[in-house]
Amino acid sequence: MTVLRRLAPRLLDAWAGVALLYLFTPIFVIVAFSFNDTGRFNLIWQGFSLDAWKQWTDSEPLTDALTLSIKVAAVSTLAATVLGSLIALALVRHRFTGSGVTNLLLVLPLTTPEVVLGSSLLSLFIDLGVSRGFWTIVVAHTLFCVSYVAVTVKARIRGFDWTLEDAAMDLGAAPLRTFRLVTFPLILPGIVAAALLSFALSIDDFIITFFNSGNEQTFPLYIYAQQRRGLGPEVNVVATLVLVVSFGLSIASVVVQRLRARPA
Amino acid sequence: MVRPATRAGRIERRIARAERGPADAVDAGPSRRGRRSTPYLLVGPGVAWLVLLFVVPLGSLLVTSLKTGSFAEGFETAVRLRNYSDALSESWEAIKRSFVFALVATLAAAAIGYPLAYVIAFRGGRYKGLLLGLVVLPFFTSFLMRTLAWKTILSDSGTLNTTVDRLHLFGALEFLRLVPEGSDRLLQTNIAVIGGLTYNFLPFMVLPIYVSLEKIDRRLVEAARDLYSNAFRAFRKVVLPLSIPGVMAGSLLTFIPAAGDFVNAELLGGPQQTMVGNRIQSRFFEQVDYPAAASLSFVLMALILIGVLLYARLLGTEELTG
Repeated sequence: MTVLRRLAPRLLDAWAGVALLYLFTPIFVIVAFSFNDTGRFNLIWQGFSLDAWKQWTDSEPLTDALTLSIKVAAVSTLAATVLGSLIALALVRHRFTGSGVTNLLLVLPLTTPEVVLGSSLLSLFIDLGVSRGFWTIVVAHTLFCVSYVAVTVKARIRGFDWTLEDAAMDLGAAPLRTFRLVTFPLILPGIVAAALLSFALSIDDFIITFFNSGNEQTFPLYIYAQQRRGLGPEVNVVATLVLVVSFGLSIASVVVQRLRARPA
Repeated sequence: MVRPATRAGRIERRIARAERGPADAVDAGPSRRGRRSTPYLLVGPGVAWLVLLFVVPLGSLLVTSLKTGSFAEGFETAVRLRNYSDALSESWEAIKRSFVFALVATLAAAAIGYPLAYVIAFRGGRYKGLLLGLVVLPFFTSFLMRTLAWKTILSDSGTLNTTVDRLHLFGALEFLRLVPEGSDRLLQTNIAVIGGLTYNFLPFMVLPIYVSLEKIDRRLVEAARDLYSNAFRAFRKVVLPLSIPGVMAGSLLTFIPAAGDFVNAELLGGPQQTMVGNRIQSRFFEQVDYPAAASLSFVLMALILIGVLLYARLLGTEELTG
């Protein structure tokens, strides 16, 4: 028994290590195969090469898809961040009739499978005779991002000391000035975190986009369409770049928050 | 099992309340300054958006699911309930498979994710933030690329496949019905698809469990260790019950997307692994049979909704909506 008691924490740590290894194995594969010396069929290791890294911008469909993804993510993140943050602010700061329904309406899209969300939007677009393209993708992405933003911001700003607002107004600040000088700086880190999450979700969304994209091709749709014909290592280069950039962004946001939190 | 859970929960909540102090009490109260219309102005645009693009489309999907006709002749609005019985009978195997796969993937994610979340929350120390970052990092790359990477890892000539073969583990997998009879490959089998689902939705399991473990008051755990004189019992009586909300939230966040997914089945599975998502997708885009696709979508949503309600009834809803 005592042996087991001493061993148990080690076993737990080992298990966590194995779990992390499981999480990272595909990532190693993606990064390693961006250096593979191969043509279109990047399935078997052939040898080390930097060719894909030198030439990844050569494939126009690939860069077009990536550009589209970034555009869609930027527009839908902006829209979702505004709509979602306002809802979160109202839910945390005010008690009002209908807040329960609002909460439910926020959570439901998150508990609905993406195929259902995607197919119901497609059904609406078909009914209305809207042809699918850039804007239908943006609309679809904004839909699910609003929920994620509202839930994230809500969790981050709950339990703040809102008496600061009262103090500002007691000192004679008008409501808008109070918002600009007190409320907004207070909720900004939560909003930034939510916006980053929303951007990441949008740029990686496949299923909902698949239903509502028409002839447009985002980066995930490009991968899906190309994988049958064979994906070259340049796609791995882009995936690696996306990984590095988003990791860099999240590190930067943590560092900025630490610096701001530290008293000057 | 239930009574200590609520007792520990109550103590926990009381400590938390005492610590938060009066600032939180102000937060809970209504805004003193704001006009009554303010919350509605804030909520209005977002709610209108959600109604217009979530509720209305579901209505449209319902109407479509009851239509008659074909793509060539045009669809007409009707109340054709046969679409539903047809969808159920044609795709019953796929529906059943989706729920079984999603359930097994959820259990596997919990088995992998709970100890991982526990180690990070209780044994992470200074490295907590870093470890949490490591859990999320793989999900910064594309979902499809990750799934395709698994295709490379599981490939017939790959190290994993040959190792499993050499260790004669295919018999065991066959016994567990994870690979078909006599199979000597991992790709295009149940285990490939379930493994892919587990992998792709694992952080949705780890993060909520981590949050609920992190919230537990350490003094409570110490008290339990003193009281029960045994780390395992202390865990079972105090830590586990208090982390149940996280496990619940994580299970839903894993199960729901897994049940509706069609990417893992398409990229890692074969014809024997078709899930309901694949059916919906092919009805929409290959057969162009909108009513069939819509009724199948509705069946999936209804089944998931029933499942979620039962699950919530079983374990309590308090923490579900956050």
